[in-house]
Amino acid sequence: MNLEVDVYRRLGAFTLEARFTTGGGLTALFGPSGSGKTSLINTISGLLRPDRGRVVVGGRVLVDTAQGIFVPKHRRRVGYIFQEPRLFPHLTVRQNLLYGHWFTPATARRERLDHIVELLGIGDLLDRGPALLSGGEKQRVAIGRALLASPHLLLMDEPLAALDEARKAEILPYIERLRDESQVPIVYVSHSVPEVTRLATTMVLLSEGRVAATGTVTEIMGRLDLAPVTSRYEAGAVLEMRVASHDDVYELTTLRSNAGELRIPRIDISTGASLRVHIRARDVVLALKPTEGLSALNVLSGQIGEVGPIDGPVVDVRVELNGEMLLARVTRLSLDRLGLVPGRPVFAIIKTVAIDRRSLGQVRSMPDHINIDEITL
Amino acid sequence: MNWSLLFHFSPAELVAIRLSLKVAIWAVTMSLPFGVFIALVLARGRFYGREVLDVCVHLPLILPPVVTGYCLLLLFGKNGPLGRFLWETIGFTFAFRWTGAALASAVVAFPLMVRAIRLSIEAVDRRLEDAAGTLGASPPWVFATVTLPLILPGILAGAILAFARSLGEFGATITFVSNIPGETQTLPTAIYTFTQVPGGDTGALRLTLVSVLISSAALFLSEFLARRVKRRVAGI
Repeated sequence: MNLEVDVYRRLGAFTLEARFTTGGGLTALFGPSGSGKTSLINTISGLLRPDRGRVVVGGRVLVDTAQGIFVPKHRRRVGYIFQEPRLFPHLTVRQNLLYGHWFTPATARRERLDHIVELLGIGDLLDRGPALLSGGEKQRVAIGRALLASPHLLLMDEPLAALDEARKAEILPYIERLRDESQVPIVYVSHSVPEVTRLATTMVLLSEGRVAATGTVTEIMGRLDLAPVTSRYEAGAVLEMRVASHDDVYELTTLRSNAGELRIPRIDISTGASLRVHIRARDVVLALKPTEGLSALNVLSGQIGEVGPIDGPVVDVRVELNGEMLLARVTRLSLDRLGLVPGRPVFAIIKTVAIDRRSLGQVRSMPDHINIDEITL
Repeated sequence: MNWSLLFHFSPAELVAIRLSLKVAIWAVTMSLPFGVFIALVLARGRFYGREVLDVCVHLPLILPPVVTGYCLLLLFGKNGPLGRFLWETIGFTFAFRWTGAALASAVVAFPLMVRAIRLSIEAVDRRLEDAAGTLGASPPWVFATVTLPLILPGILAGAILAFARSLGEFGATITFVSNIPGETQTLPTAIYTFTQVPGGDTGALRLTLVSVLISSAALFLSEFLARRVKRRVAGI
């Protein structure tokens, strides 16, 4: 199912002027705070009216200011999962779950309560009031409530942002199941690189109210010019690799792609499976010669592709690895000392321990779309 | 003083008690929908003249009740513009009837009712209403299934407050519909009448105790209900 968005809206000094089109799966709206992510999905949900523009979901026109079309939010059939769960405090969990279901015409109901309860593991909570649930439980109920309204599109506005790491780990697998098992496209707002790396089928990068780029995670994260937007601290490329072998003695897994071999802490995935690995630019060391006596296990050979804009003492460099790419963040001093200019052969060194569970997402190549499963380290 | 006389109500006193309850109950039930509506308009409405409406609603709170009663007399009396209209079109009049006492009580208690309801509306998390909207609820349904249950404690508080204020209404009632036993003589005006005649002390005391009893019972009931509703609304 397709989603077409092309909207313009002024909000005080801020202007949202965004256009993108995506297919099914999970589309991540990614960008720093204040880039207009929430305003953009609010225009899709009908909570915000664009000054002009179009929103089309699966061929159904929800907004077309040129034709004077503005479908009110309660007729859009667009599910919305907010950052905070927004459960109705005066209703039980069961009543909350069935709220949207009740407003859905019987012929349009696709989801059943027992199926959703099983999918989200909330069977024990049904007769409780929402006040005493944990943050993770509340958010799962909120997801179930949105799904039971049988939406044509699901919007998620940083649904994990208010949760701690343990709660995030509790919810993420459910979002992955949702993406893989339900046919409803998802628009997922986030400014977290690990979440996007793990979940996104398509990535829409927002900056100051505009779409800076659209593409796959690998394409967007590898672009040097976008590194300041994708995030200063977490900036880094995403490599798609296959599991080549496992080393049970040292508990390591070897991944392979055209870029070379990468050893990471042991993961429970069968050989041959595809993985996405997010390698932060600040975790990559560059060397001119293959160095001896190094504790780091991963040395990939390639050449400098591009040197990014110089900003203070550090600079980001793109390394070409036999058709794939990696970002490395080095000091300006090293840049000059090593004479790093485009075309220069280099070795990229990555510590195995720099790659943790948060950096990985499993990719299962399927016709026309990509799936990522949960993995455990 | 013979204390056993405290429980010997005269027929006239019983009539006054019954009438007082009837007037207060009608005053509250008839004005409650308007109270919720005006509170909604004042809390949520963004229109020209909202401040003027706000002042008008609050006027009976700050005006001397006698002035309010006199205004009602001017408007709804037999010769008043609204009073004549009602009389000529549907043959209904407030003048010197218990319905007039109910109207006077309702008008005087209205600002208290609106304030309590308005506060609870302003406390409603509007993001919950947005969530209900995205789940398919149209604005009237959002009001009925989310807003209304959440402001129920406020509505209850407003109703009880208005009920208590109605029971105590004196100035506006006596000015508008006078003090007619069996028709417009409520507890306060009956007590006042007793204090004006020699030997009326026991009757005044009897009715005073009844007033205290009814008001306390109303407060207890409201506390009890409010606590129950609050617990439910808090989702515990």
